[in-house]
Amino acid sequence: MPRETLIKELCLKFDSVQRRSNLDWPAINVSAHQLVELCKKLRDEYAFDMLMDVTAVDWEKERPRFTVIYHFLSRERGHYLRVACNCENDDVPEAPSIVHLWGGANWHEREVYDMFGIKFIGHPNLKRILMWEGYSYYPLRKEFPLAGIETSLPAADVAEETQAKVIAAPMMGGPFCSKPGPYMSEAEPEGKDESWTEKQPKPEAEVNE
Amino acid sequence: MVTTTREYGYNSKIEGEVIVSKVDAVINWVRKNSVWPMPMGLACCAIELMATGASRFDISRFGMEVMRFSPRQSDCMIVAGTVTYKMAEAVRRIYDQMAAPKWVVAMGACASTGGMYRSYAVMQGVDRVVPVDVYISGCPPRPEALLDGMMRLQEKISREQSFKGLFKAKE
Amino acid sequence: MSKHQKSEYVTSDLSQREEEFKGEIMTLNMGPSHPATHGVLRLLLELDGDIIQKCEPVIGYLHRGDEKIAENMTYNQFVPYTDRLDYLAPLANNVTYAIAVEQLANLEVPQRCQAIRVIVCELARISSHLLGIGVYGMDTGAMTVFLYTFTEREKLYTLFEELTGARFTTSYTRIGGVARDVPEGWLSRVKNFLDGLLPVIDEIDTLLTRNKIFLQRTEHVGVISKEDAMQYGLTGPNLRASGIDFDLRKRMPYSGYEQYDFEVPIGTVGDCYDRYLVRMEEVRQSERIVRQAIERMPDGPWYAEDAKKIFVPPKPKIMTSMEELIQNFMLVTEGPQMPAGEVYFEGENPKGALGFYIVSKGGGVPYRLKIRGPSFCSLSILPKIMPGHMASDIPVILGSLDFVMGECDR
Repeated sequence: MPRETLIKELCLKFDSVQRRSNLDWPAINVSAHQLVELCKKLRDEYAFDMLMDVTAVDWEKERPRFTVIYHFLSRERGHYLRVACNCENDDVPEAPSIVHLWGGANWHEREVYDMFGIKFIGHPNLKRILMWEGYSYYPLRKEFPLAGIETSLPAADVAEETQAKVIAAPMMGGPFCSKPGPYMSEAEPEGKDESWTEKQPKPEAEVNE
Repeated sequence: MVTTTREYGYNSKIEGEVIVSKVDAVINWVRKNSVWPMPMGLACCAIELMATGASRFDISRFGMEVMRFSPRQSDCMIVAGTVTYKMAEAVRRIYDQMAAPKWVVAMGACASTGGMYRSYAVMQGVDRVVPVDVYISGCPPRPEALLDGMMRLQEKISREQSFKGLFKAKE
Repeated sequence: MSKHQKSEYVTSDLSQREEEFKGEIMTLNMGPSHPATHGVLRLLLELDGDIIQKCEPVIGYLHRGDEKIAENMTYNQFVPYTDRLDYLAPLANNVTYAIAVEQLANLEVPQRCQAIRVIVCELARISSHLLGIGVYGMDTGAMTVFLYTFTEREKLYTLFEELTGARFTTSYTRIGGVARDVPEGWLSRVKNFLDGLLPVIDEIDTLLTRNKIFLQRTEHVGVISKEDAMQYGLTGPNLRASGIDFDLRKRMPYSGYEQYDFEVPIGTVGDCYDRYLVRMEEVRQSERIVRQAIERMPDGPWYAEDAKKIFVPPKPKIMTSMEELIQNFMLVTEGPQMPAGEVYFEGENPKGALGFYIVSKGGGVPYRLKIRGPSFCSLSILPKIMPGHMASDIPVILGSLDFVMGECDR
């Protein structure tokens, strides 16, 4: 079945499904309360038998703020399908879990929780997977700096013995990167000023303007 | 047989094939020629460490092919790869379990200073948790660079005052 | 209970008499630093005697924050970080990343560049599988195989060094092409290497494939059924050993793979022995692809010449012409200008399907970059297949899954 027909059928069967603009594979938006049903239908009737990836995007200033993105692969059809689901609440984002449909979603959802703080309702074991238990921040949120925030080491006895801490990585004025923009004054790289060095604080006067 | 090593050792035959030398010279010679590394192979540098142990860049020429993964049986911990804050606890605990005399080699840019990973999860240098004796730069360092670093470690060992430290616990 | 078969001895249903003989469940930590775990993987095991009851992998000991770093780097500046994802086959990661970003701009690279990328990808595949087989042999006790495969890999390292400047961690591709053209005589040296490779593979075959000890350790151990493999998102040799015929190079070809004639080995049982056989055969097929690519190597540029805002102009022009100088400056400081949109591309890497999901809001820096590591999915299946095996099967199963923590933790 060609990809256009697939999207049209899905839009008809589920009222919250809409086409999503895309450059490569067919993509749809769906709301959180129809997500699980849609995934089950995709797996059982439309032969999207493999879940390749679960991830999320933090749109920072736009509303809704978090979108969970799923990529499904159909070996028969030979293409992927992207499903995007916005999280309703911006402060305490949540999404339904699809662990009961695909066992592999277990670790992917744990990673999304670890990095973004999105809770998956119905997940059997939602704890951090890449950062250590007890880390209090969600690293991939846009307000979290790349250098990190100073906390204590996860092991208390090692921290005491060595006086080591989790520090903000020294960046000498923050990561220098460019932003999208039509004019060079907007687009040229500038420092995000996230941290300086441990020994020297930020210099007082900015000489160049 | 102890040859003259710098100004420490001297060889003089007294009656009956007895060689007189300084205790330091003998102890250091024994220690430096049989450094048993404990490979803390964390990331890509571990592959270069394995390549150094393989047949082209034989680390066995220096007596170091015995890569003991048990800290109790090894002399030198080669930290090869990125040390994250989550892993730092394990590195320190393993260092604590090693018996004196022990040395640490920070292999690669990530172990020395955090390398190209200036981020929230990477410890900016393993010397924040363990005392390092030799830093080897490179990303990853070539096996020749690692061998050069180990030779510098051997030189460092040969300059130590081992006799004084024999009856005192090493810090 | 035969040592070939997975044990059905699970403590939950025991008769009254056996209750007396039941030992305590022992919790064992196979810590992050362990020779058999191929990198920093921690396994929390619950053992009843020698039989595993529960296995929970703990990962994240090599989480370096690649995805956050990518939001602060231009597309070309991120290429060295892709090297260190699967650090056993860095060139394959570079190629997959470059193709993923080129999809954003819908950029088609010239034929010569595609052929170079294919050669380099397949050589990386040979390198990764050789290491996988060598270390797997070492784990099961065959120390010699490790030394043989490392000798061949050293020859590959010499070739990579000539081409890219580094033994591994090559950072060879750029968005819109590759960093430099193949040096003179390199292709014939690759052919010489391939001539010497097949006898070594045959020798490893005679050492391992019908070796009684190897067979007893690997047959019917760690069986992954087809349903499990699909459920957990396994890809690459792990998936094909379970009997599912799916190879991205054949099904959704990229970078000119459709021109080459090669076969894809498929397993039957899905045990460790099958995964080993699939990898051995893939090395032979990769050698075929490289030979065909060398023969067909088309002439032409090695980068997309008309991609003015994406690939830097050649150095002689930069030094003499004003427009190219400005272009170079803009590209280096702001990065290759990509249109807004999102793409997802998966390439057939030696470990499985490495996927890049890129969200761009325009400009030279991605807004969000997600790396889908195949080893992440391979490790997630461990809690399912480990219970029932003995503790000494652990290195065998881990070695057969052939994962790399750099990719898993990113």
